[in-house]
Amino acid sequence: MSSQVTITEAPPGIEGQGFFATKLDQVVGLARKNSIWPLPFATSCCGIEFMSTMSSHYDLARFGSERLSFTPRQADLLMVMGTIAKKMGPVLRQVYEQMAEPRWVIAVGACASSGGIFDTYSVLQGIDLIIPVDVYVPGCPPRPEQIIDGVMRIQDLIGKESIRRRNSDEYKQLMEEYMIR
Amino acid sequence: MVVNHEDIISHIKDNVGDVLKVIPDDYGVLIAEVSVHQVYKLISFLFKDLNYKFNILVDLCGVHYPDRKGEELGVVYHIQSMSLRTRIRLKVFVPIEKPEVPSLTGIYAAANWMERETYDFYGILFLGHPNLVRILNMDEMIDFPMRKEFPLEDPKRRDKEDFHFGR
Repeated sequence: MSSQVTITEAPPGIEGQGFFATKLDQVVGLARKNSIWPLPFATSCCGIEFMSTMSSHYDLARFGSERLSFTPRQADLLMVMGTIAKKMGPVLRQVYEQMAEPRWVIAVGACASSGGIFDTYSVLQGIDLIIPVDVYVPGCPPRPEQIIDGVMRIQDLIGKESIRRRNSDEYKQLMEEYMIR
Repeated sequence: MVVNHEDIISHIKDNVGDVLKVIPDDYGVLIAEVSVHQVYKLISFLFKDLNYKFNILVDLCGVHYPDRKGEELGVVYHIQSMSLRTRIRLKVFVPIEKPEVPSLTGIYAAANWMERETYDFYGILFLGHPNLVRILNMDEMIDFPMRKEFPLEDPKRRDKEDFHFGR
């Protein structure tokens, strides 16, 4: 086996003897996107797929996400996997509110995205009714490859995000819409 | 001790009175309808009776028959006697306007959560229950979702209409 280490490409910039100049946004984005700490909020079968995603065969650690954070205070990415009952809604919302900025949310599977097959009185019809969602992963449940693809889409978002985005009026308005202070 | 259904029925008749309306059943379970005024007395007797000792409340659930006027809502009790190795299924029906049934919490501790669940889904009020609040659904809910008039799908949602799918 050859030991091959892949390194992320450097952002565009001016390179010279002993220096490299680029935008701060891009450097911060590069650092953030390759060191996401996910918080798994797993309630059902999508959570089982996530366990597989984290394990050695699919190995989400290859994307810099090997460190699962089981406290929302230290997490960057909230991964909601599984059916969210209406009774669970306030819990999920509180977990989101406890996360520090910047924070991202990925809804894994049909239930988290839209309620899935459970169009009924007890199930929340998509977590985007209570918290903003960045990436939706379809599937019932999605395969680990799809979850990894969702995380890569999150990485794209993070890499391109301006470090001032969270101060923008647009973002504040979004939080206002969800009545998150 | 082995008893057959006739023994149980006559024993009840001797001690509690003519309260049972037996419903025939092909599967060997004694099923009977009881009026709401006599159900507490009957179950209390069956629990305390030293020969029978129906000491386990196996199940307690609700049922809704919207077409049966005056007895729309029902409560079904399954009680088991460990010594007789037999069980009885008792049914109580109440009108939907006044869904009031005596609570069995004074006899069986197990009735507490089962009655809360039945209240949660059918809105049957168990008189004398120490804490009759919702147990499974969210507290903010105002409907009783297992009643037949409750819609299966949320009528307010618009994201399932045909034009979203090109139909």
